[in-house]
Amino acid sequence: MSTSDLSKRLTEGVATPDGEGAVLAGVPHSAAMGMRLISADGGEAMLMLPYSEALVGDVATGVLGGGAITALLDTCCGAAVFATRTKGIISTATLDLRIDYMRPATPGRDVYAHAECYRMTRSVAFVRALAWTEGRDRPVGTAAASFILNRQPEDGA
Amino acid sequence: MTETQSRSDLLDGMSLSIPYIRFLGLIFERRGDEITALMPYKPDLIGNPLVPALHGGATGAFLEITGVTQLVSDMALEHSAAAGGTLPEDYVPVMPKPVGITFDYLRSGKPMDTYARAIVQRRGRRVANVRIEAWQEERTKLIAAAHGNFLLGSGGS
Repeated sequence: MSTSDLSKRLTEGVATPDGEGAVLAGVPHSAAMGMRLISADGGEAMLMLPYSEALVGDVATGVLGGGAITALLDTCCGAAVFATRTKGIISTATLDLRIDYMRPATPGRDVYAHAECYRMTRSVAFVRALAWTEGRDRPVGTAAASFILNRQPEDGA
Repeated sequence: MTETQSRSDLLDGMSLSIPYIRFLGLIFERRGDEITALMPYKPDLIGNPLVPALHGGATGAFLEITGVTQLVSDMALEHSAAAGGTLPEDYVPVMPKPVGITFDYLRSGKPMDTYARAIVQRRGRRVANVRIEAWQEERTKLIAAAHGNFLLGSGGS
């Protein structure tokens, strides 16, 4: 698989029947959860996690498991790194991830996440993200993450 | 029914009745007051198929749920002690809610079974502070660690 294919794992997906976003087929766990990529460009990414009974963490209320929000925010942060379209980055790995959980995701509602890669050094990318169900002004959770960057060897080096 | 049996049943009940725990395929084993959580490998847990590596979100969710489960077990132990040594049949566990968690990713998660244990640093009436560690082949070679605060209900009851 070529380098360009590798970076496309998190910035492109497979079209869905209802046309909202694309399934992240290159990221098996995200695909299994049903996550969809809405957009990825200019160092920003937007994802959507459709509400699913399989991801419920509290049966009494129908609220999704906190870990599902963690996985959504982690994926969204990773997508934002690739959305910088920086040449030569082969892969990334999460170094650390801080999540604050502000309110439960509203049962029955899809969860949206937006991430922004706001600083990139040669080896590390810094990202912040927000997840919501009702609106961005009522966040379900926020994330701050750093990613280690694996770059391909420079030509002639 | 012995207290040990009823608390093990409580954990089995959680892994069977909570959809998101079933989705991840988690299993909990109890030795005394210590829980060891197991995340058996399955392809749906992969984040990067090219390494291949477990999804940071799946590992994060696993750590988070291990922390919650240890707290549920600790509170059940306390409850049964207060009730004269047996856990009442109608005992309904309070599910701790994460407030903020920091995840450190120390090694790439290989496509194999993962284990986790939680250390409750402090459990007060309203908030518990917990550290959680995950490993694969060797207990001392952690693949990820987390620390976070969990809300234990309003504290009124």
